[in-house]
Amino acid sequence: MARQVIAPGPAKTAPTRRQMNGAQTLIESLRRVGVKLLFGHPGGASLPIYDALYDAQDIRHVLVRHEQVAAHAAVGYARASGGVGVCTATSGPGATNLVTGLTDAMMDSVAVVAITGQVPRAVIGNDAFQEADVTGITMPITKYNTLVMHPTDIPRAIYSAFHLARTGRPGPVLVDIPRDVSQEICEPDFDTVPLLPGYRPVVEGNPNQITEAADALSAASRPIIYAGGGILSSGATPELTALVDATGIPVALTLMGKGAMDEMHPRCLGMLGMHGSAFANWAINSADVILAVGVRFDDRVTGRLKDFAPHARFIHVDIDPAEIGKNKPAHIPIVGDAKQVLAALGPRVRAPQIEAWWKQIEEWRRRNPFRYRQRDGRISHQYVCDLLNRLTGGRAIVATDVGQHQMWMAQWYRCREPRTFITSGGLGAMGFGFPAAMGAKFARPDKQVLALVGDGGFQMTLQDLSTAVEHELSLPIIILNNGALGMVRQWQTFFYRGRLSSSILRNPDFAAVAQAFGARGIRVTRPDEVEAALTTALATEGVPCVVDVHCDPEENCLPMIPSGQSVAEMILDE
Amino acid sequence: MSEIAHAATISVLVQNAPGVLVRVAGLIRRRGVNIHSLSVGPTEDPSISRMTIVVDTAPERTEQFAKQLRKVVEVLRATAIDSSPTVDRELALIKVNVTPGTRLEIMEIANVFRANVVDLTEKTMTLEVTGKGEKVDAFVQLLVKYGIREVARTGQVTLVRGAQAT
Repeated sequence: MARQVIAPGPAKTAPTRRQMNGAQTLIESLRRVGVKLLFGHPGGASLPIYDALYDAQDIRHVLVRHEQVAAHAAVGYARASGGVGVCTATSGPGATNLVTGLTDAMMDSVAVVAITGQVPRAVIGNDAFQEADVTGITMPITKYNTLVMHPTDIPRAIYSAFHLARTGRPGPVLVDIPRDVSQEICEPDFDTVPLLPGYRPVVEGNPNQITEAADALSAASRPIIYAGGGILSSGATPELTALVDATGIPVALTLMGKGAMDEMHPRCLGMLGMHGSAFANWAINSADVILAVGVRFDDRVTGRLKDFAPHARFIHVDIDPAEIGKNKPAHIPIVGDAKQVLAALGPRVRAPQIEAWWKQIEEWRRRNPFRYRQRDGRISHQYVCDLLNRLTGGRAIVATDVGQHQMWMAQWYRCREPRTFITSGGLGAMGFGFPAAMGAKFARPDKQVLALVGDGGFQMTLQDLSTAVEHELSLPIIILNNGALGMVRQWQTFFYRGRLSSSILRNPDFAAVAQAFGARGIRVTRPDEVEAALTTALATEGVPCVVDVHCDPEENCLPMIPSGQSVAEMILDE
Repeated sequence: MSEIAHAATISVLVQNAPGVLVRVAGLIRRRGVNIHSLSVGPTEDPSISRMTIVVDTAPERTEQFAKQLRKVVEVLRATAIDSSPTVDRELALIKVNVTPGTRLEIMEIANVFRANVVDLTEKTMTLEVTGKGEKVDAFVQLLVKYGIREVARTGQVTLVRGAQAT
């Protein structure tokens, strides 16, 4: 289609119905892909976009106080809803502030679209004010990115961005739009379609491979399913549960896989890996056949690769062919979507003879369940997590930050439903928890959503309490406050001879901080106050409620398989 | 030319779009692998280019690279060239010092390698040679003693022999 440029100033003739500027084209394109809400912060290069948003009554914009929060909130929104999270920022510093959130989305395969303003075309590459090479910077941390040079290209760029973000292995996509492209009048074609000849995700598994996998599982004596975030991305929880119900095969979940299966299901062993349960780790390392679905053999799960599950045959199902065999050779590789592959695989597996296997697993589970002690007068972190699990029945959406509290919550919070555990898994980005919880609450206002954070991570993004107050979010924010960067302190204690280098924090009074923002703030210092405070926070409506729980300052997170070691070196007790 | 521990060739067909070269090269760098040579040029279809990439990597990792490259949205095809018989070629321009006494000697060497003299001055001769990397290496080695002033090499291009697509 021909590009039409109209000089600024009043048009002589009334514009036809299809004439609009690039920013309006963007908004209409977003509308057509179903965007209802975006998180962002305006600036010079995105002023035309914000001007167009001013007229868009059906698209809600949540003004955050830092672009990093916009990206994390978009992730929280996407992970809670199963849709695409959208964030926007201006050029230069606005866009660079999205980097952490986009990297998190890349590592955890989350469908996010970022729209950034860019300096006008004529000055790109000239080190203009607030210019940064954003497509260059975000190349390794996005599934795809593009710089739009003509307003008529915007619809296709947006449709492609959403298609890429939510299909195949999901991931973040960034669309960079120069300010003058947003301002230029054009006649866009909204009936265009993505043109991506090199992008063809394989969703159906190879039937021969599926048959081979079914035979291997049927003949196994110590099988286990190792399930991860791919189950959630593809919505394969019913298929996974059906397979487990029909065969009795135990399931261990990755951190990203929490919620992929009801953790109260007797066949579910909960989380495995560095801070996973001892029994899940013993089970997978003793297995003879492992069905790995939607997982990537991350080092936090496997430890030393050569010692991980040394006797097992691996069936590896993933929609990303590059994940199969990346870290561990797969004996039976199956490229495909978890839901489709499990639906095809389930009926072909004959229940294996695994009574002895279960007897062994149950013995391990009895011998080494998760446990915690309550020291006199001190509040145990795990007790708070355990209590949150009991008070919500495991049915609330929990977003955590990163560190000890994250691992304790992963151990003690037993998710009953998919998309209820939102955490920065691959990147481990502190500052993620509270913004992600906000995003989740915007996605699921009907659901109880809570943020569980540490005193360190919360201080990285707490300025956005303003946003939560402004939008009257019913959002409890529970701080497990140990006056330290707890996981750093733990590693220093275990591996650096207790030399606590820059890991002890001098904190503000978080309850008072919350109140200053207009939120509710509760300070808890005694074990007998915890339950009432959490109950109050969970019941607080129309305003975020920060509960600053002063926990045991010395507790370490166990069990732990030290980095780069194997299950044989697991630390069970101090 | 330095010896490569494990040279693996990957042939990649890409859409001719801005930034594709950076995406491909960046991806290889991110995976911690050194690019030994990379050549790009259009194919019979002007909207599609072929990159021939030689990387320093163990043979068992080559397919993993091809898989990662296939994830780049503009990559249409990526083939790890392993056991298939191939035609590999590289072109080099070598500018060497000459004197009236060495001119004929150098031309004799060039003849053996079927290299062409593409530029000649009183003090220099520029030679063009085409062949497998080892042949180019050998030719360059023989010219060292005359004093090489400059070398420009294209890097390897490869096609699989016969009817099979690369």
